[in-house]
Amino acid sequence: MKKRLKRLLACTLALALTVICASPAMATTEVEVTDPDYYTKFQGQNITLNVYNWGEYISDGSDDSLDVNKAFEELTGIKVNYTTFDTNESLYAKLRSGGASYDIIIPSDYMVSKMIQEDMLEKLDFSQIPNFQYIDESYVNPDYDPTNEYSVPYTWGTVGIIYNTNLVTEPVTSWDILWDEDYAGDILMFSNSRDAFGIALKKLGYSMNTEDPDELQEAADLLKEQKPLVQAYVMDQIFDKMQGGEAALAPYYAGDALTMIADSPELAFAVPEEGTNIFFDAICIPKGAKNVEAAHMYINFLCEPEVAAANIEYICYSTPNSAAYELLDEETANSPISYPPQEILDKAEAFVNLSEDTNLLLESLWTEVLTDDQSYNTWAMPLFLAAGILFSIGVNVARRIRKKKEQMY
Amino acid sequence: MRKERWYSKLYVWVVMLFLYAPIFVLIAYSFNANKSRGKWTGFTLNWYNELFHNELIIQSLINTLIVALFASVIATVLGTAAALGINGMKKRSRALVMNLTYMPIINPEIVTGVSLMLLFVSARAILGEFELGFVTLLLAHISFCTPYVILNVLPKLRQMDRFTYEAALDLGCSPRMAFFKVVIPEIMPGITAGFLMALTYSVDDFIISYFNSGSSFQTLPITIYSMTRKRLSPEINALSTIIFAVILLILLLVNINGSRKERAATKRRVEG
Repeated sequence: MKKRLKRLLACTLALALTVICASPAMATTEVEVTDPDYYTKFQGQNITLNVYNWGEYISDGSDDSLDVNKAFEELTGIKVNYTTFDTNESLYAKLRSGGASYDIIIPSDYMVSKMIQEDMLEKLDFSQIPNFQYIDESYVNPDYDPTNEYSVPYTWGTVGIIYNTNLVTEPVTSWDILWDEDYAGDILMFSNSRDAFGIALKKLGYSMNTEDPDELQEAADLLKEQKPLVQAYVMDQIFDKMQGGEAALAPYYAGDALTMIADSPELAFAVPEEGTNIFFDAICIPKGAKNVEAAHMYINFLCEPEVAAANIEYICYSTPNSAAYELLDEETANSPISYPPQEILDKAEAFVNLSEDTNLLLESLWTEVLTDDQSYNTWAMPLFLAAGILFSIGVNVARRIRKKKEQMY
Repeated sequence: MRKERWYSKLYVWVVMLFLYAPIFVLIAYSFNANKSRGKWTGFTLNWYNELFHNELIIQSLINTLIVALFASVIATVLGTAAALGINGMKKRSRALVMNLTYMPIINPEIVTGVSLMLLFVSARAILGEFELGFVTLLLAHISFCTPYVILNVLPKLRQMDRFTYEAALDLGCSPRMAFFKVVIPEIMPGITAGFLMALTYSVDDFIISYFNSGSSFQTLPITIYSMTRKRLSPEINALSTIIFAVILLILLLVNINGSRKERAATKRRVEG
């Protein structure tokens, strides 16, 4: 018995090893940089750079692509310690907790402005980032960083509607279609408040960054009205639901729409004419970074045309780097989904940070939408606690009584 | 014995199906050529190949295993020692300590995670600069793993006949020898169970690790969770499949070993 098991184990191990060894080394780490001398400064100094980025958000060497972090390590001799987060809010929480120190972070637009307001970002020294020259002028001095002192744009994209052309035959031109009863039960919706409210506000013709409580209330009412038609409030499940044909319509990010369409040609993407959200993810250095100068080097490296192009090919979002844009293949560069015409961009609006009051209002309205008007009783919590305590006391008393009874015999 | 009815058998199978269907779906799609879960486009081993070249995932897996192994070994030693101490306590103090032991288990993980982080951050103010990272993560894991070991070892201690230990002393064992020759073998199943539970909880843990891992040390659950903005990569399916296979193999080995021992024991009893 034992022998057979051992043999089995050996076979599995052998199989695993052959799989690993048989596969060719796929990742490339060779990259052409504009000024190789620039990167030699920290060679042999054993510096480690803590980079905190979104998951799946850098070219990692799969499928013959460039392994960006490895290439940087080989070029500069700086070790990259790469970790990942899932939402802007968790990034913020992690920085705020004081438990972690990062050298590079890549938050989205509104989070950049929030961090600037709260003095959490280091001012960048652009003389150390010569490759900033490649950033297209239209992405310099963005709304979230008006003087462009704190951030370098990494990617951008728009929000639009992904739809299944087999199920939706009419042209998709407006957010109204997400409220169309013909598609009841086939509509997906964002599960994060900011994006969901953004759509409702745009449909009403208001700004996505409104601080007016009445407008927000109107948007909340609209979302409540939509709720019976919505199949589910989701984020990344949109991929599977749309590709599996489980839903007909969903709002999502342009870059991800491209990924989906590549696999499922029956899907299509449209940006509604009322205008939409344009989002940016930008590279920043948080206050308290240990290696500010090396971090600048990393930012500069990410702006290298070849590196930026490799990242864009991996992520599928759009690039603000004009030199990288030149390197993209024809199909991507001319895609109206990734690089929409100017009139769409003119109507697009980026999120900026809202005031604390508005954020709170937004969250409570969103909870209201999701819980279908069930208002929370502020007394519920203490009541529950009291009931719990009473219950446990009761159990103990009952036990004691029973014990006493048993002892009587 | 009454004959089993067909529906009770069916019930068992339905339960099994619910438990294992998701895992089998996951395993099946780790061989899917397409990235999406919705479509089957052909068999491939590509995801396994990519998995072994994805440094982030592999590094997180190694991190997870290192923390889990160290944490569970230390927790086992600590927990066993604590169980021995608690077992020797008077009734009232034992009740008190047991309640303290239950606390980390009943306490929501998020509370444990945040409070540990606050502790580490404020300890930094006193002890001077240190980064949250491997050490803090390890301490955090030890602190929530230890109660599981205690809870697994205590019943074994209570089952144990106190007099075998005394008999060993009477027969000339030193207390240390008696402890290692008599007590430890008696409670060994409890220690093993506690160790395995600590290991699983440590590998599983997301929330506490999330707050205490700092900027340099990322475990697998955090890596997987951070992929949810984009689509979860099938490499994770491949990794889960491998983990499932390894655990299945270990369980089989342990069970076969156990049943063989049992058979040997019955045989001895019959012969003797």
